[in-house]
Amino acid sequence: MSLLSRVAERIYWTARYLERAETTSRLARVYGNLLLDLPREAGLSWGVLVQITGGGDVYRALHPSPSVDTAERFFVADRDNPSSVRSSLAFARESVRTTRDIVPSEAFRSINELCLWVTQELDAETSHRRRYGIHSRVVERCQQISGMLADTMSHDAAYQFFRLGRGIERADMTTRIIDVAATMLVGREDLARFDNSLWMAVLQSLSAYQMYRQKVRRRIWGPDVIAYLLKDTQFPRAIAFSSREIGAALAMLPRSGDPIKKLGDLRRMLALRNLGELSIADLHAWIDDAQLKLNELHALVAATWFRPSTTTAPAQTPVAAQSQEQTPSQSQSQSVTADVGDKVLTVSS
Amino acid sequence: MRIDWNQYQPSGFYDELFAAPGKARPSAAQLADYLASLGARELADRQADAERAIVEMGITFTVYTEGQNIDRAWPFDVIPRTIEAAEWARIESGLIQRLKALNCFIDDLYHDRRVIKDGVVPDDIIATSVNFLEACVGGRPPYGVWANICGTDLVRDRDGTVYVLEDNLRVPSGVSYMLENRMVTKQVFPEMFEHASILPVDDYASQLLDMLSSLSPRKVDFPRVVVLTPGIYNSAYFEHSYLAQRMGVDLVEGQDLCVADDECVYMRTIRGLERVDVIYRRVNDTFMDPEAFDTSSVLGVPGLMRAWRAGNVALANAPGSGVADDKVVYAYVPKIIEYYLGEKAILPNVPTLLLRDDDDRKRVLSDLSQWVVKPANESGGYGMLIGPRATAEEKAAMAAAVEANPRNYIAQPVLALSTAPTLVQGEIEPRHLDLRPFILQGRGVWVTPGGLTRVALRRGSLVVNSSQGGGSKDTWIVAVKP
Repeated sequence: MSLLSRVAERIYWTARYLERAETTSRLARVYGNLLLDLPREAGLSWGVLVQITGGGDVYRALHPSPSVDTAERFFVADRDNPSSVRSSLAFARESVRTTRDIVPSEAFRSINELCLWVTQELDAETSHRRRYGIHSRVVERCQQISGMLADTMSHDAAYQFFRLGRGIERADMTTRIIDVAATMLVGREDLARFDNSLWMAVLQSLSAYQMYRQKVRRRIWGPDVIAYLLKDTQFPRAIAFSSREIGAALAMLPRSGDPIKKLGDLRRMLALRNLGELSIADLHAWIDDAQLKLNELHALVAATWFRPSTTTAPAQTPVAAQSQEQTPSQSQSQSVTADVGDKVLTVSS
Repeated sequence: MRIDWNQYQPSGFYDELFAAPGKARPSAAQLADYLASLGARELADRQADAERAIVEMGITFTVYTEGQNIDRAWPFDVIPRTIEAAEWARIESGLIQRLKALNCFIDDLYHDRRVIKDGVVPDDIIATSVNFLEACVGGRPPYGVWANICGTDLVRDRDGTVYVLEDNLRVPSGVSYMLENRMVTKQVFPEMFEHASILPVDDYASQLLDMLSSLSPRKVDFPRVVVLTPGIYNSAYFEHSYLAQRMGVDLVEGQDLCVADDECVYMRTIRGLERVDVIYRRVNDTFMDPEAFDTSSVLGVPGLMRAWRAGNVALANAPGSGVADDKVVYAYVPKIIEYYLGEKAILPNVPTLLLRDDDDRKRVLSDLSQWVVKPANESGGYGMLIGPRATAEEKAAMAAAVEANPRNYIAQPVLALSTAPTLVQGEIEPRHLDLRPFILQGRGVWVTPGGLTRVALRRGSLVVNSSQGGGSKDTWIVAVKP
């Protein structure tokens, strides 16, 4: 059974929004911890995070007089910030609600439940301690949902779109997180002594601390961390790993030539040597470029599979070609076989 | 504390569960004992469990006017409604008889019109029906069956007689709630299902898929069936997606389909265009094809009617089926059954006056407070007047509307709808209800065991529609051991 273009698009976005909610929650949790560790005079605030995650303009429009509180709320609870944890989950729920016939019902139920719960919790006035709990639960639940889909959904085209969306969003979020750390350190010699805490926080925000420690057996050092998060092919939130995931998903989809070619650009960028030792400015430029490549990849994915084909001439499609040659019983039996093959998949799913 | 059923007072109505205070009907005896043993507090807990399950399972219906929050949890009462299997068997045969006859009638109207030539149904009723579609004349749906899916509303009057209130032949909804109600009830009363013999209902999706597949114009082993929905803002969207999921078929919107120059229907997939054989459409007739019905509808598929007429795609229900789902035609159904099948109707109609008739109109308008007046083509309880409850202004407005377009209205006596015990804010009280069984007709005919019981949650209210404060109950067909 072939997947509807519209459904493919919604599944892709469900994955992106779930991943975004999860990473945003991770980031908020770790960043909140980091702020507690650093002295006030370090001058770090939620504002930095807001700016770097790409919400600066929306934020200023919503909160003309920013404070610690508004920044955190913006990041987590604001309905009007399309990337807040709350909005991401609401979008995920909305997308999955319109694909309920494809996504296993347990997964829909979990997303629905999580979304309702978060809304309820965020509406209540929350203490810092409680908020930490919210983030933990969001992270935990998103992982559960992802695992549930991996284990209960046929790994068919629909699943590949889920994997694709998750991979692209994950790679994008990881570049943003590295960018946050790098930007904070630019020209801040005074923060040098917190360097270690900062990079540790970055690793923790990606649940990478333990894995990193196993792999890189020396004290935490910025360039090592950056190289690891960009180039490691075994850690799931590293960009190189994500790009392999994306590649694997693309390879299982029909007509994927152009997107695969585009992914090659990103892979070539990752193949650069000494990526970890770039100057902060060069790193920043590299990240901008990588984000651009991810955006272009997204655009190609959309053009290839999501845009409803405008051509209605059936002669261009194999199925239609068959039905036009109404001559022999041969063409009939061909289409039967195809249908049987398709349906067997459907039945087993 | 045990529930004392002697305290339960159906006050003059036929109660589905109790023949008299403290005296359960045979079909409900086991249930009444069981509920009594649970006690009031435990019952309230189970009701809360059920409500939680409904929210978490995302069982919703949509109300048009709710703005941002378009979902509402489906209101559900935890106490089931029971029907004895022997009585059900008779009702079932009545439903089958009725749908068979209606399908003969529709097919006749779009071909020879014998029923009119023979003077059984007056010509002008069909001529003025907005649901008679010129575009369907000569259409040949498989097996001569136009209405493949029917939801018939049944009500019971004070004396226990079961009447047909309405035939819904266009896009009847509610079956998913019937199925979900059973799932929820099994979760909250598992003990009952272990001990009582209650007919299962979960076969519906397979029956529906078999019936739809049998309509395919291409004789292939696995024709492609899709469910066509108007989209997420439709009040029954939940059901559309639920049924698609249960059947394992695609849920499509108009934009997903197109008719190519070979007059076949295709859907847009990640592989390109793919042929569609059967469309279970949940979009109203005239929204289905902007080309044929000259509308600016974006819900439909341009050219769909051409493809249907060419026999390249099956539509269920066939367009134009609604002509038999007209409250004026309804009045003739007993005659229609006799005409086509040579049998007496097994299930009676509610006595119905056609206000196109001058004498009847005078009689009704002279005292509206004794009548229920309904427009011929509305559904969902819209535009209806319940005489005894109506204000003077409402009655005046209705009288004017009737005078302006008498053909469009019917009147029926106010029925004393039956009741069943219902949990209302922790108290068990009688509430009025109806029943909507679903009937499938393709090559053969199949009826859901039971159906969707809808209950008016407001005290004394007779309106069971979910959009107007109604709820629902699980329906048990119970085999009673002699």
